[in-house]
Amino acid sequence: MNRFQYASPVTKQSAVELLGSGAVVLAGGTDLLSLMKADVATPDLVVNIKEIAELKGLEHSEGSGMRIGALVTIDELLQDSRVQEEYPSLIQAADGIRSAQIRSVGTVAGDLCQRPRCWYYRHGYGLLAMQNGASMVVDGDNRYHAILGNAGPAYFVNPSSFAPALIALGASLKVSGPNGEKEIPVADFFQTPQSEAEKEYKLSDSEIVTQILVPAAAGKANATYEVREREALDWPLAAAAVSLTMQGDQVESAKVVLGHVAPVPWNSDEAAAALKGKAVSASVADDAGKAAVQQAKALSRNKFKIQLARVAVKRAILRAAGMEV
Amino acid sequence: MPEFNWPESDRRWRIGKHRTRVDGPAKSSGAAEYTYDVKLFGMLYAKMLACPHARARVTSVDTSAAEAMKGVHAVRVIQGPGTEIKWAADDIAVVAAETEEIARDAVNAIKVDYEVLEHFVFEEDLDKAPEVNPAQEQTTGEPVQAFSSAKAQSEGYYGCRVVSHACHESHGHVAHWTDDEHLTVFSSTQAVTGLVGQFSEALEIPAANVRIICQNMGGGFGSKFGADRWGIECARLARQTKRPVKLMLERGPELQIAGGRPSTFARVKTAVDADGNLTGWDSKSWGTGGPSGTGSPPLPYVFEVPNRKHQHSSVPANIGPSRAWRAPNHPQACFVTMTALEDMAAKIEMDPLDFFLKNISLTGVRAETYAEELKLGAQIMGWKRKWRPRGQSGDGPVKRGLGLSLHTWGGRGHQSNCEVLIHPDGSAEARVASQDLGTGTRTVIATVLAETFGLRVRDVTVRIGDSRFPASGASGGSTTVGGVSSSTRRGAINALEILLQKVAPELGVAPEELEAVRGRIRVKASPNRYLTWKQATGQLGVNPISATGRNPGPGKLIDSGVGGIQMADVSVDVETGIVKMNKMVAIQDCGLIIDMLTAESQVYGALTMGISYALSEERIMDPVTGRLLNDDMEFYKLPGIGDIGDLVVHMMTGPGYDERGVIGLGEPPVISPGAAISNAVANAIGVRVPYLPLTPDRVLEALEKGGAA
Repeated sequence: MNRFQYASPVTKQSAVELLGSGAVVLAGGTDLLSLMKADVATPDLVVNIKEIAELKGLEHSEGSGMRIGALVTIDELLQDSRVQEEYPSLIQAADGIRSAQIRSVGTVAGDLCQRPRCWYYRHGYGLLAMQNGASMVVDGDNRYHAILGNAGPAYFVNPSSFAPALIALGASLKVSGPNGEKEIPVADFFQTPQSEAEKEYKLSDSEIVTQILVPAAAGKANATYEVREREALDWPLAAAAVSLTMQGDQVESAKVVLGHVAPVPWNSDEAAAALKGKAVSASVADDAGKAAVQQAKALSRNKFKIQLARVAVKRAILRAAGMEV
Repeated sequence: MPEFNWPESDRRWRIGKHRTRVDGPAKSSGAAEYTYDVKLFGMLYAKMLACPHARARVTSVDTSAAEAMKGVHAVRVIQGPGTEIKWAADDIAVVAAETEEIARDAVNAIKVDYEVLEHFVFEEDLDKAPEVNPAQEQTTGEPVQAFSSAKAQSEGYYGCRVVSHACHESHGHVAHWTDDEHLTVFSSTQAVTGLVGQFSEALEIPAANVRIICQNMGGGFGSKFGADRWGIECARLARQTKRPVKLMLERGPELQIAGGRPSTFARVKTAVDADGNLTGWDSKSWGTGGPSGTGSPPLPYVFEVPNRKHQHSSVPANIGPSRAWRAPNHPQACFVTMTALEDMAAKIEMDPLDFFLKNISLTGVRAETYAEELKLGAQIMGWKRKWRPRGQSGDGPVKRGLGLSLHTWGGRGHQSNCEVLIHPDGSAEARVASQDLGTGTRTVIATVLAETFGLRVRDVTVRIGDSRFPASGASGGSTTVGGVSSSTRRGAINALEILLQKVAPELGVAPEELEAVRGRIRVKASPNRYLTWKQATGQLGVNPISATGRNPGPGKLIDSGVGGIQMADVSVDVETGIVKMNKMVAIQDCGLIIDMLTAESQVYGALTMGISYALSEERIMDPVTGRLLNDDMEFYKLPGIGDIGDLVVHMMTGPGYDERGVIGLGEPPVISPGAAISNAVANAIGVRVPYLPLTPDRVLEALEKGGAA
């Protein structure tokens, strides 16, 4: 293992000052430590942020929604009664993380910043897994890879459990860096890297996510549906989160975001449009699912994921509408 | 000479009861020491350099940087320049260092140049195989005629992938030279006795100077009979550095180089007459178990179809070599046969339960057992109430289906020696150089010893896992329980005989008029005349009684040959292709059962392992590099408790079973799950998914082709 320095600051300010090129942030560590063990991450400096009190805590305020501190664990989120009432989509996403250990130490913010599970990346072939000018993913086994946004050179899927639900709910992130604090919609946080030098999210080496701000979900029906092979710890093969603003029994507006299908959480305006002005039914939900994968393109081994993504969208919509899945 | 037999059913106080493991508290509290836990004073850690290519020639190895690293004590090249590497992750060099981290860094610092050669890892595509070794065709009866006169024929294609053994405790050893000529090896092994010779030969020291210790072990499944090249290297490093050295495989290599089960693909044709009697079988199969291919699965399996032809081709491929995987070749043969038969039953619109029962005489000597088990299984499963013909399982997206299968295995007890001691203070002890793979060997020996002496199980001591004890066979092929229970029984009877002779005068009867029951040595005819066990052993003087027992030996204590059936109830979501287990029923015989809970647990474990290879477990090879892509527990998918459904185990006991004596149980119950679950899925969705594991992509593809969503 690469030798590295370790720092454990107690203020946000000092954390930001320590960060920079070659530094990594350690919160729950459930992803970082495995990356370091596999020599995929080789930091010079590990900055533990768990001692920073101001990054803790989950708060609700009337009207303005919820503030999730960067150190809030998945378990803390799951156990919050207001989250259970207002944001079923987040609870359902958290429930998909079937490891008591990860839920107890892994953080919600860390879930957004974890690196892709692409097996070429994890075996040290790089985020884009290019070899002699060709993509190993395209030529190799891509059964778990992208079906949307997969024109290349990135083919991995975004692994976040919470990003689709947060985007559907209109959440944003507070990010601290050398130039102070800024707020970015979660929807704009992710990017599809075009070169090995780029990351899959817009956070420089000297920035940290400090808070997640989730607007009040009053009146919005929201749900997440994951298609997973196993009940045990397993990555979804496809997932979808929806947030529906209802007008009577009709959908006034909708947000539909897919997970595990593209290098970024995939916002589907097509699916949202298919719902607008309609009463939710199985066939309307299925139409939305179909619309969501209209542009999908299979790689050599992952055609089945198109069907799974479609079903995930359909079932998330039905679940949000309180209908049998 | 005393008589060697098992007590009659009304005289079994310990045997056949539900008893928790004697080592359960130690294991569940973490006190039990596994090889992985062994930490000796001054011990070094060894790590191996794995070849990143599936096929390559080593052109140069430069270890100088690694050797220069602080904390590195030794670097050895295992496969140097000129060697052709035939599978990825094969070991090139090994390093011993002060810490695991330094050892890893040193491994990374070794520079190896390879000439990368073309690899072949997708054996299903037979046309692309650079080498195929067809075996001789085996023909019985008149298959051609059987097919031409058949009332109905069914054809199918079936394939199951290579799976790894995936032992929880990885392979490995701790080697410790107690002096220049004496080696002690702590080993995670299925063969405590068998490893002595392997280490002595490779290290060129007398076998008498080698001691193997394995007190607890986290699974082997057939992959841990050998010292392995890395074990020998571990001992060499220890000799070279004069320090104990520990070498345990990391998870990646464990899944790649430490054992796998060969794949099997088969095209099968079956024929029946107008009454639904099986008349013809024709199969062409192939598969790989690594660079040396693989042997033929026994096809057709169990059902001796009167007219049959079978041909198998062995395909060498650049994957880590196979090792015996729990019931070698049987799960594959069972999968191919029972699915083909179920397809035939569906074709002639017959309930497969009726079809199997109709043809049950083709199963030979176990036919009656199978019939009895099928009927009992059907009752427990509610088969006749629940079963629907294929594709008639409702309108919703979730379809439910039932499937069944049956299997056989030998399981005769292996050679085993046991020394039994009765100490003057009343304590009793059995010593066997056997091993407990997690299967309950200790508990079985304790139960037999306690039963024979009329003591409580907690009053006896079992010592195993040390090659200094009397030699006993390797734990493979379901041979251990028969071996150790019979050697222990004989040793205990011999020891008791000596004790009875000693105390008979005091009780005023001949020794043969005495019995050891409930903590007493008593007169059979007048049970109130007795000595307590302690009073009796108190007469021994200074020295304990030492007697031995062996297997094979006098008296019928063991047998061979079992038959079991399994039924699966699954739900398949036809929109996602995801299969969920509702229930599995396993009916199994294994002769006389020493400990019922241990036997049932063996079947529960086998069902879980079976569900794993049926639904999710496979080696995923990379077309680009030929490496294993899922060399971790994240994507090498094993089921969790929520994935296995309701497991129901029923052991066949009583008259007709018990008097056969003890028969092994490790292999049989893992044979049928793949076939039973595949059949249940076909029944649910109306179309055969040809492959195991039954992953969503394969289920959806079959539905798309079969058009029966």
